[in-house]
Amino acid sequence: MYSATEKALIVSIWEKVTPHTEQWGGEALERLFTVFPQTKIYFKHVDTSPGSAAIRTHGDKVMKAIGSTAGDLDNMSTTLSSLSNLHAYNLMVDPVNFKLLSHCILVVLANHLPSEFTPEAHLAFDKFLASVASVLSHKYR
Amino acid sequence: MVHWTDEERQAITSIWAEVNVEEAGHQALTRVLVVYPWTQRYFSTFGNVSNATAIAGNHMVRAHGKRVVVALGDAIKNLDNVKATYAKLSELHSEKLHVDPENFKLLGETLIISLAAQFGAAFTPDIQAAWQKLMAVVTAALSKQYY
Repeated sequence: MYSATEKALIVSIWEKVTPHTEQWGGEALERLFTVFPQTKIYFKHVDTSPGSAAIRTHGDKVMKAIGSTAGDLDNMSTTLSSLSNLHAYNLMVDPVNFKLLSHCILVVLANHLPSEFTPEAHLAFDKFLASVASVLSHKYR
Repeated sequence: MVHWTDEERQAITSIWAEVNVEEAGHQALTRVLVVYPWTQRYFSTFGNVSNATAIAGNHMVRAHGKRVVVALGDAIKNLDNVKATYAKLSELHSEKLHVDPENFKLLGETLIISLAAQFGAAFTPDIQAAWQKLMAVVTAALSKQYY
Protein backbone atom coordinates (compact mmCIF):
# COMPACT_ATOMS: atom_id res chain seq x y z
CA MET A 1 0.00 0.00 0.00
CA TYR A 2 1.44 3.37 -1.01
CA SER A 3 0.28 6.72 0.32
CA ALA A 4 -0.17 9.52 -2.21
CA THR A 5 2.98 11.14 -0.80
CA GLU A 6 4.99 7.95 -1.31
CA LYS A 7 3.79 7.61 -4.91
CA ALA A 8 4.80 11.23 -5.56
CA LEU A 9 8.21 10.68 -3.94
CA ILE A 10 8.85 7.61 -6.10
CA VAL A 11 7.92 9.47 -9.29
CA SER A 12 10.01 12.54 -8.42
CA ILE A 13 13.09 10.54 -7.47
CA TRP A 14 12.69 8.43 -10.60
CA GLU A 15 12.63 11.55 -12.77
CA LYS A 16 16.13 12.27 -11.48
CA VAL A 17 17.28 8.72 -12.25
CA THR A 18 15.97 8.66 -15.82
CA PRO A 19 18.88 10.58 -17.45
CA HIS A 20 21.38 8.27 -15.71
CA THR A 21 19.92 4.79 -16.03
CA GLU A 22 22.99 3.39 -17.79
CA GLN A 23 25.57 4.85 -15.44
CA TRP A 24 23.67 4.34 -12.19
CA GLY A 25 22.34 0.93 -13.27
CA GLY A 26 25.90 -0.08 -14.07
CA GLU A 27 27.05 1.20 -10.68
CA ALA A 28 24.36 -0.74 -8.84
CA LEU A 29 25.41 -3.94 -10.60
CA GLU A 30 29.09 -3.24 -9.99
CA ARG A 31 28.36 -2.79 -6.29
CA LEU A 32 26.32 -6.00 -6.30
CA PHE A 33 29.16 -8.01 -7.87
CA THR A 34 31.83 -6.44 -5.63
CA VAL A 35 29.97 -6.61 -2.31
CA PHE A 36 28.15 -9.90 -2.96
CA PRO A 37 30.44 -11.81 -5.37
CA GLN A 38 28.25 -14.92 -5.27
CA THR A 39 25.73 -13.03 -7.43
CA LYS A 40 28.12 -13.30 -10.35
CA ILE A 41 27.10 -16.92 -10.81
CA TYR A 42 24.05 -15.66 -12.66
CA PHE A 43 26.26 -13.79 -15.11
CA LYS A 44 28.76 -16.40 -16.28
CA HIS A 45 28.06 -15.38 -19.87
CA VAL A 46 28.66 -11.69 -19.22
CA ASP A 47 31.82 -9.62 -18.73
CA THR A 48 31.35 -8.56 -15.10
CA SER A 49 34.67 -6.75 -14.75
CA PRO A 50 34.28 -3.23 -13.30
CA GLY A 51 33.35 -0.67 -15.95
CA SER A 52 32.49 -3.23 -18.61
CA ALA A 53 30.09 -2.19 -21.37
CA ALA A 54 28.05 -5.33 -20.68
CA ILE A 55 27.40 -4.26 -17.08
CA ARG A 56 26.35 -0.78 -18.15
CA THR A 57 24.01 -2.15 -20.80
CA HIS A 58 22.47 -4.61 -18.40
CA GLY A 59 22.21 -2.03 -15.64
CA ASP A 60 20.40 0.29 -18.06
CA LYS A 61 17.94 -2.49 -18.91
CA VAL A 62 17.25 -3.25 -15.24
CA MET A 63 16.76 0.40 -14.25
CA LYS A 64 14.48 1.08 -17.21
CA ALA A 65 12.35 -1.95 -16.36
CA ILE A 66 12.03 -0.79 -12.76
CA GLY A 67 11.27 2.74 -13.95
CA SER A 68 8.52 1.50 -16.26
CA THR A 69 6.44 0.72 -13.17
CA ALA A 70 7.00 3.96 -11.27
CA GLY A 71 4.06 5.82 -12.81
CA ASP A 72 1.52 3.03 -12.30
CA LEU A 73 2.43 1.22 -9.11
CA ASP A 74 -0.93 -0.47 -8.68
CA ASN A 75 -0.51 -2.35 -11.96
CA MET A 76 3.02 -3.55 -11.48
CA SER A 77 2.23 -7.21 -12.08
CA THR A 78 0.78 -6.39 -15.50
CA THR A 79 3.66 -4.09 -16.46
CA LEU A 80 6.25 -6.68 -15.41
CA SER A 81 4.33 -9.76 -16.52
CA SER A 82 6.80 -10.98 -19.13
CA LEU A 83 9.79 -10.22 -16.88
CA SER A 84 8.02 -12.13 -14.16
CA ASN A 85 7.74 -15.13 -16.50
CA LEU A 86 11.39 -14.79 -17.50
CA HIS A 87 12.62 -14.83 -13.91
CA ALA A 88 10.35 -17.75 -12.95
CA TYR A 89 10.85 -20.07 -15.91
CA ASN A 90 14.22 -19.14 -17.41
CA LEU A 91 16.48 -17.24 -15.05
CA MET A 92 15.32 -18.77 -11.77
CA VAL A 93 17.31 -16.25 -9.77
CA ASP A 94 17.03 -17.03 -6.06
CA PRO A 95 14.79 -14.27 -4.66
CA VAL A 96 17.30 -13.44 -1.93
CA ASN A 97 19.31 -11.72 -4.64
CA PHE A 98 16.56 -9.21 -5.37
CA LYS A 99 17.09 -7.85 -1.85
CA LEU A 100 20.82 -7.58 -2.45
CA LEU A 101 20.35 -5.66 -5.71
CA SER A 102 17.67 -3.46 -4.13
CA HIS A 103 20.13 -2.54 -1.36
CA CYS A 104 22.77 -1.63 -3.96
CA ILE A 105 20.26 0.51 -5.86
CA LEU A 106 19.43 2.36 -2.62
CA VAL A 107 23.17 2.91 -2.03
CA VAL A 108 23.50 4.38 -5.54
CA LEU A 109 20.52 6.70 -4.95
CA ALA A 110 21.92 7.89 -1.60
CA ASN A 111 25.29 8.33 -3.25
CA HIS A 112 24.05 10.52 -6.12
CA LEU A 113 21.02 12.21 -4.55
CA PRO A 114 22.09 12.82 -0.93
CA SER A 115 19.63 15.66 -0.30
CA GLU A 116 16.66 14.16 -2.15
CA PHE A 117 17.07 10.67 -0.70
CA THR A 118 15.53 11.61 2.64
CA PRO A 119 14.39 8.95 5.15
CA GLU A 120 10.85 9.28 3.71
CA ALA A 121 12.11 8.79 0.15
CA HIS A 122 14.20 5.84 1.37
CA LEU A 123 11.09 4.25 2.90
CA ALA A 124 9.05 4.77 -0.28
CA PHE A 125 11.82 3.31 -2.43
CA ASP A 126 12.46 0.36 -0.14
CA LYS A 127 8.77 -0.53 -0.44
CA PHE A 128 8.84 0.07 -4.21
CA LEU A 129 11.84 -2.19 -4.84
CA ALA A 130 10.39 -4.84 -2.53
CA SER A 131 7.19 -4.79 -4.64
CA VAL A 132 9.22 -5.20 -7.82
CA ALA A 133 11.04 -8.15 -6.26
CA SER A 134 7.78 -9.68 -5.14
CA VAL A 135 6.24 -9.39 -8.62
CA LEU A 136 9.37 -10.86 -10.23
CA SER A 137 9.21 -13.91 -7.98
CA HIS A 138 5.48 -14.46 -7.67
CA LYS A 139 5.29 -17.08 -10.42
CA TYR A 140 8.18 -19.07 -8.95
CA ARG A 141 5.90 -21.68 -7.37
CA MET B 1 39.09 -15.50 13.30
CA VAL B 2 38.25 -12.81 10.76
CA HIS B 3 40.85 -12.22 8.09
CA TRP B 4 41.18 -8.62 6.90
CA THR B 5 43.28 -7.65 3.89
CA ASP B 6 45.37 -4.48 4.08
CA GLU B 7 43.01 -2.88 1.53
CA GLU B 8 40.00 -3.66 3.73
CA ARG B 9 41.66 -2.21 6.82
CA GLN B 10 42.61 0.89 4.84
CA ALA B 11 39.05 1.22 3.44
CA ILE B 12 37.64 1.10 6.95
CA THR B 13 40.09 3.42 8.69
CA SER B 14 40.22 6.00 5.89
CA ILE B 15 36.44 6.45 5.89
CA TRP B 16 36.29 6.31 9.71
CA ALA B 17 38.78 9.19 9.91
CA GLU B 18 36.33 11.42 8.03
CA VAL B 19 32.99 10.21 9.42
CA ASN B 20 30.85 12.76 11.21
CA VAL B 21 29.99 10.37 14.04
CA GLU B 22 26.94 12.21 15.34
CA GLU B 23 25.47 12.83 11.89
CA ALA B 24 26.08 9.30 10.61
CA GLY B 25 24.55 7.83 13.75
CA HIS B 26 21.56 10.14 13.52
CA GLN B 27 20.98 9.37 9.84
CA ALA B 28 21.36 5.62 10.30
CA LEU B 29 19.09 5.35 13.33
CA THR B 30 16.49 7.75 11.89
CA ARG B 31 16.37 5.67 8.72
CA VAL B 32 15.91 2.42 10.69
CA LEU B 33 12.96 3.90 12.61
CA VAL B 34 11.37 5.40 9.47
CA VAL B 35 12.01 2.64 6.92
CA TYR B 36 11.34 -0.26 9.33
CA PRO B 37 8.75 1.26 11.68
CA TRP B 38 8.31 -1.94 13.71
CA THR B 39 11.72 -1.15 15.22
CA GLN B 40 9.99 1.67 17.14
CA ARG B 41 9.03 -1.05 19.63
CA TYR B 42 12.48 -0.68 21.20
CA PHE B 43 12.18 3.07 21.70
CA SER B 44 8.96 3.53 23.63
CA THR B 45 10.81 5.56 26.29
CA PHE B 46 12.17 8.01 23.71
CA GLY B 47 9.04 10.14 23.45
CA ASN B 48 7.51 10.76 20.03
CA VAL B 49 8.94 8.42 17.37
CA SER B 50 5.70 7.93 15.48
CA ASN B 51 6.52 9.77 12.24
CA ALA B 52 9.53 10.79 10.17
CA THR B 53 9.55 14.43 11.30
CA ALA B 54 9.25 13.52 14.98
CA ILE B 55 11.99 10.90 14.64
CA ALA B 56 14.40 13.23 12.83
CA GLY B 57 13.87 15.94 15.47
CA ASN B 58 13.99 13.65 18.51
CA HIS B 59 17.09 14.48 20.57
CA MET B 60 17.09 11.07 22.29
CA VAL B 61 17.25 9.38 18.88
CA ARG B 62 20.14 11.67 17.94
CA ALA B 63 22.00 10.93 21.16
CA HIS B 64 21.44 7.21 20.82
CA GLY B 65 22.53 7.16 17.18
CA LYS B 66 25.76 8.87 18.20
CA ARG B 67 26.33 6.36 21.02
CA VAL B 68 25.96 3.44 18.61
CA VAL B 69 28.44 4.85 16.08
CA VAL B 70 30.91 5.77 18.85
CA ALA B 71 30.75 2.09 19.92
CA LEU B 72 31.47 1.09 16.33
CA GLY B 73 34.80 2.87 16.82
CA ASP B 74 35.74 0.21 19.39
CA ALA B 75 35.26 -2.51 16.79
CA ILE B 76 37.33 -0.55 14.29
CA LYS B 77 40.16 -0.17 16.84
CA ASN B 78 40.00 -3.94 17.48
CA LEU B 79 39.33 -5.40 14.04
CA ASP B 80 41.15 -8.60 14.93
CA ASN B 81 39.02 -9.23 17.99
CA VAL B 82 35.58 -7.79 17.54
CA LYS B 83 33.88 -10.76 19.25
CA ALA B 84 35.75 -10.23 22.51
CA THR B 85 35.39 -6.45 22.27
CA TYR B 86 31.60 -6.76 22.00
CA ALA B 87 31.00 -9.68 24.39
CA LYS B 88 29.45 -7.48 27.09
CA LEU B 89 27.44 -5.45 24.56
CA SER B 90 26.12 -8.69 23.08
CA GLU B 91 24.97 -9.89 26.48
CA LEU B 92 23.34 -6.51 27.14
CA HIS B 93 21.37 -6.62 23.89
CA SER B 94 20.17 -10.16 24.59
CA GLU B 95 19.53 -10.16 28.34
CA LYS B 96 18.55 -6.58 29.12
CA LEU B 97 17.42 -4.96 25.88
CA HIS B 98 15.87 -8.08 24.27
CA VAL B 99 16.71 -6.86 20.77
CA ASP B 100 16.04 -9.23 17.87
CA PRO B 101 19.47 -9.65 16.19
CA GLU B 102 17.81 -9.02 12.83
CA ASN B 103 17.91 -5.36 13.84
CA PHE B 104 21.71 -5.34 13.75
CA LYS B 105 21.46 -6.13 10.04
CA LEU B 106 18.94 -3.33 9.48
CA LEU B 107 21.11 -0.75 11.22
CA GLY B 108 24.14 -2.01 9.29
CA GLU B 109 22.27 -1.42 6.03
CA THR B 110 21.11 2.08 6.90
CA LEU B 111 24.60 3.00 8.13
CA ILE B 112 26.03 1.94 4.75
CA ILE B 113 23.40 4.08 3.03
CA SER B 114 24.19 7.05 5.31
CA LEU B 115 27.90 6.71 4.50
CA ALA B 116 27.09 6.51 0.78
CA ALA B 117 25.21 9.80 1.14
CA GLN B 118 28.02 11.51 3.07
CA PHE B 119 30.94 10.31 0.94
CA GLY B 120 29.58 10.33 -2.63
CA ALA B 121 32.06 9.07 -5.21
CA ALA B 122 34.63 8.30 -2.49
CA PHE B 123 32.37 5.49 -1.29
CA THR B 124 33.49 3.14 -4.06
CA PRO B 125 32.22 -0.43 -4.51
CA ASP B 126 35.43 -1.81 -2.91
CA ILE B 127 35.07 0.50 0.07
CA GLN B 128 31.40 -0.44 0.37
CA ALA B 129 32.42 -4.12 0.33
CA ALA B 130 34.89 -3.61 3.21
CA TRP B 131 32.28 -1.77 5.25
CA GLN B 132 29.61 -4.40 4.53
CA LYS B 133 32.07 -7.01 5.80
CA LEU B 134 32.60 -4.89 8.93
CA MET B 135 28.82 -4.69 9.45
CA ALA B 136 28.57 -8.48 9.10
CA VAL B 137 31.38 -9.00 11.63
CA VAL B 138 29.78 -6.54 14.06
CA THR B 139 26.38 -8.23 13.63
CA ALA B 140 27.90 -11.67 14.31
CA ALA B 141 29.73 -10.37 17.39
CA LEU B 142 26.62 -8.70 18.81
CA SER B 143 24.60 -11.88 18.20
CA LYS B 144 27.22 -14.19 19.71
CA GLN B 145 26.06 -14.16 23.36
CA TYR B 146 22.39 -14.75 22.57
CA TYR B 147 21.09 -17.97 24.14
